[in-house]
Amino acid sequence: MTAAIHLSANLLTVIYLLSAVCFILALKALSSPRTARYGNLVGVAGMVVAVLVTFLVQAPGHDWLIGSAMGLGALVAVPAARRVPMTAMPQMVAIFNGVGGAAAAVISVAEYLHDLPLGVPATKGVPVVFALVVGCVSFAGSTLAFAKLQELMTGRPVMYPGQQVVNAIVGLSILALGILVVVTPHLLVITLLGVAALALGAGIVLPVGGADTPVLISLLNSFTGLAVAADGFVLDNVILVIAGTLVGASGALLTKMMSDAMGRSLPKILLGGFGTAPEGTAALTAGEERTVRSGDATDIATLLAYSRKVMIVPGYGLAVAQAQHVAVELARALEARGVEVAYAIHPVAGRMPGHMNVLLAEADAPYEELEEMEQANDEFPSTDVALVVGANDVVNPAARDDPGSPIYGMPILNVDSAANVVFLKRSMRPGFSGVDNALLYDSKTTLLFGDAKESLTKLLAAVKSS
Amino acid sequence: MINDAVDLLVIFVLAAFLGFEVISKVPSILHTPLMSGSNAIHGIILVGAMFIASQAQGALQTALAFVAVFLATLNIVGGVVVTDRMLDMFKSRQQAKAVRPEDGVKSDTKR
Repeated sequence: MTAAIHLSANLLTVIYLLSAVCFILALKALSSPRTARYGNLVGVAGMVVAVLVTFLVQAPGHDWLIGSAMGLGALVAVPAARRVPMTAMPQMVAIFNGVGGAAAAVISVAEYLHDLPLGVPATKGVPVVFALVVGCVSFAGSTLAFAKLQELMTGRPVMYPGQQVVNAIVGLSILALGILVVVTPHLLVITLLGVAALALGAGIVLPVGGADTPVLISLLNSFTGLAVAADGFVLDNVILVIAGTLVGASGALLTKMMSDAMGRSLPKILLGGFGTAPEGTAALTAGEERTVRSGDATDIATLLAYSRKVMIVPGYGLAVAQAQHVAVELARALEARGVEVAYAIHPVAGRMPGHMNVLLAEADAPYEELEEMEQANDEFPSTDVALVVGANDVVNPAARDDPGSPIYGMPILNVDSAANVVFLKRSMRPGFSGVDNALLYDSKTTLLFGDAKESLTKLLAAVKSS
Repeated sequence: MINDAVDLLVIFVLAAFLGFEVISKVPSILHTPLMSGSNAIHGIILVGAMFIASQAQGALQTALAFVAVFLATLNIVGGVVVTDRMLDMFKSRQQAKAVRPEDGVKSDTKR
């Protein structure tokens, strides 16, 4: 390209408006199963229009810079996004969200430096500070969330004494540095501000447990949207304001919906520590002697093999142990003996909504055997054995019956209405919520302790030889 | 551009309400794809990165601009591809359900 194409500012704004409409339609379509795919396409159309027109109006002499950086980005992003296994999708969303936040932060700094020799007015300084801080929080937070889910670090909540105090001090210093950046513009001050914001992002994410991370990623996604909107104010660019604000607002609402579906409140997730210690509120029938019945694989295999109908309830434990293939094999072995088998899928079982569908589809479980919650709950009363593989909270009757329980109100799978319940568990440790499960002590419940994959393998061998 | 800060503020407030309204009831199975889709949409920050690149002066600003365009491209391209893959699985699931009654027709296993 030898010369930039000259478009009037009005025409450019109208074209941006067009892509903004695409984004609105995309979000709307993405919230319904029938139109979701079309939604993604409309979103892509909006992006292509906005990026292409922006590229065309750029001053000559800089297209090599833009082109090479974009080329390199696409070269890295496409294989990374294509190759990653479906089970690792949440952390991919996290990292792509994080780099978006980093881009928003870098842009605000670059624009600030560009204007520094002439002085930066407060109307620009304030959104610069906002974009930098929120973008850095999103970047640091998303990177840590990625590390937690990818198991580069512990997925457990990381807490230390005085954590909230340290976070508060970092927050206050961000406030002070932010004011300084606006009042007395300086390169050093804005650098310190960025560093402090990165520390705050890490501080926010550390105490959040691995199971809550999807909700956290949704929150950080909303943050990146707001940082993008702030950059829209910095650069006087209408599409950044509209798209960023849309994502910021819808992301906040989505975060609330996700935490509701998991029966958690957002403040509790952020304060963290959920799952480190059982909460006192649900200390049901304290002091009472309670015993569990643990069976051995042969007994349970016999129970399964001579049932008419078995429902397999997969949970996080199955995902961790990568036991989906063995679970499907066991189902096939039972079916070969004439047992009717189905899988009961709780919408938020596992690490992300839809996680279990993905895993079981990967292991070639027949689609018609995957039953959603309502359908499964209709069938439990006529089920002989509910085989719960590494799930706990999503089958805890306390969510239905005990208004004092922290997970009260979360929709659950009513496995307690099956004739027999078998839990494959690693230990008596409660689920992520830290809430004890009374069903474990029920007389119709049998437990088989151990890694989900090993237990299923034992059951499979026993079913085959019985 | 034609906008001043107050115009943008008006747009910001209206877009915020629109963002709340546009996704009213999302089934939980779509939570992750929707998160991923909106993640791709804020990849539009690439437009801002291109503006920064077009006015970059000196080594530091040029380097920052390069980094910004690179990171924004990761966001936009990665976000779109990941969302597409998630929804792809969703499609094959829907199709399998749809074709089940008239058996014999296999859902295409595209990839």
